[in-house]
Amino acid sequence: MNNVFVYCEIEGTKVAEVSQELLTKGRKLANQLNVELHAVVAGTDITGKVEEQILPYGVDKLFVFDAPVLFPYTSIPHTEILVNLFKEQQPQIALMGATVIGRDLGPRVSSSLTSGLTADCTQLEIGDYTDAKTGTEYKNLLYQIRPAFGGNIVATIVNPDHRPQMATVRSGVMQKAIYDGPCKKEVVYADMKKYVSAEAFMVTVLDHHVEAAKHNLKGAKIVVAGGYGMGSKEGFDMLFELAKVLHGEVGASRAAVDAGFCDHDRQIGQTGVTVHPKVYIACGISGQIQHIAGMQDSDIIISINNDPDAPINKIADYVINGTVEEVVPKLIKYYKQNSK
Amino acid sequence: MSLKIVVLAKQVPDTRNVGKDAMKADGTINRAALPAIFNPEDLNALEQALRLKDAFPGSTVTLLTMGPGRAAEIIREGLYRGADGGYILTDRAFAGADTLATSYAIATAIKKIGEYDIILGGRQAIDGDTAQVGPQVAEKLGLPQVTYAEEIISLDKDNQTVVIRRHIDGGAETVEATLPLVVTVNGSAAPCRPRNAKLVQKYKRALGAQEKAAIMKDGSALPYAELYEQRPYLNLVEWTAADVNADLEQCGLNGSPTKVKTVQNIVFQAKESQTLTSSDADVEGLVKELLDKKIIG
Repeated sequence: MNNVFVYCEIEGTKVAEVSQELLTKGRKLANQLNVELHAVVAGTDITGKVEEQILPYGVDKLFVFDAPVLFPYTSIPHTEILVNLFKEQQPQIALMGATVIGRDLGPRVSSSLTSGLTADCTQLEIGDYTDAKTGTEYKNLLYQIRPAFGGNIVATIVNPDHRPQMATVRSGVMQKAIYDGPCKKEVVYADMKKYVSAEAFMVTVLDHHVEAAKHNLKGAKIVVAGGYGMGSKEGFDMLFELAKVLHGEVGASRAAVDAGFCDHDRQIGQTGVTVHPKVYIACGISGQIQHIAGMQDSDIIISINNDPDAPINKIADYVINGTVEEVVPKLIKYYKQNSK
Repeated sequence: MSLKIVVLAKQVPDTRNVGKDAMKADGTINRAALPAIFNPEDLNALEQALRLKDAFPGSTVTLLTMGPGRAAEIIREGLYRGADGGYILTDRAFAGADTLATSYAIATAIKKIGEYDIILGGRQAIDGDTAQVGPQVAEKLGLPQVTYAEEIISLDKDNQTVVIRRHIDGGAETVEATLPLVVTVNGSAAPCRPRNAKLVQKYKRALGAQEKAAIMKDGSALPYAELYEQRPYLNLVEWTAADVNADLEQCGLNGSPTKVKTVQNIVFQAKESQTLTSSDADVEGLVKELLDKKIIG
């Protein structure tokens, strides 16, 4: 009762990284609240394969649902599993990734339980709240912090009276870490038929095609990102060269992606990937709020821009006033000359 | 073989073009500086609806929007593109609703509409950015849902099934679902057809009751008043909470489990920057410094 729950999503037998990131965050929240961290995973032929991808993150109890119809994911069976499990287990907090699955599942579950859900949280904290109208004081609520209004403001949302307090979080916002503290690591293999009705299967997947990721931008230690100022797809060639030389990855602003200069899966920002590199080299990027939100935790930010007033310059450690075409080749040349 | 199609659409401030004027000094939104538009992904949903109408002649496309009186603009914009009619769900009781209370209100309105084969909406709105209302409406109506739809590939009315191609993380899926259902459509799906000139001529004077009241409030007469009697379709229908038998406890702020604790302007911590020129000396100097500190290499 009253624990923190994380829904772990899977592709085949692989647990999504975002779920592991949320388990790490869930463990911290559970420790703060002095409760347990529970997890639930549902799929097909996952028994014996997913447990070691979940338990090491500090899980006290894992519920495994393994049945032929549970993969690929469809909305109603997974919704019924969570709804019925939550009615039984009464969690105070339930977290899931703000992925295609999470944003399909979360709202359906919260509607069924008549509880609140906050999507795309960028921060989760525990804190107190006083209702201005009634004066009621609430302790240890989950602060669900997220951008709103197209990313132009940040709102802190609370769910004082309804349970569970549900939130979805995008991949890469939290960081995963194996938990080295004590935790129970209990596994329960649940009977799907007790949780899912026979009428739950109104959507069947005819074809399911997932490609292996072409790059690991999310985990890259060095990121070279191009903006609309790169001018064209060919303009990005020199950025790929610089990234290769530095053993980094290439990213792009939304404007560059929308203009077709770069693939959508390299978009960095609120609606793209969140990165935490050691070095972020922004090439011809002006620095819209929504872009900065995806890279502001970079250790060192270098901005190459011929507009000295570009907003990104305010948060940069080094600002190079010049054009990308001029500067990037020099960076490549001097790196090659000076490094081993 | 005709279909009854409902399209959920929202009027939103254009948050994609938030310039300096849009944010006030205290960090709140200056809504007056942001034009109100048809939520972009709802236009993609409307296009899928109109394509179904093209494929199944005799079908009707009905828009449903929840908002203040000026949300009637959403119905007009739908009519200009080929929709058949619509309803504006409008009542102070709905104000301050989070997604749960919004989906409750919309679900009660859809129950009042009564018959439908398919309900389409955009994946998410550009002001709330939650993508929650579509699935929550589906849950409240006990319907299956297909989200992140790219294209409705085919619909078999005899067998009551629809085949949809959708986006998933890292790829795509084709699914078959039973009718009726709720489908949410991505912004990367086919763009919406433009306004049709003849339809604009036909519907440009259509008004909702609140809009008429606003025109007449200082005692002015309603221009072309006789048209509204001759052409009933120019009178856009407004529904209140009472009209749709909504339980007021589940509407608006009352019916919202989530509350906003605070809203803040986004402020990024400005740093002390070192400014360099693009000269060879400056660039080489930077590279050497980063190498020395073992930040790169």
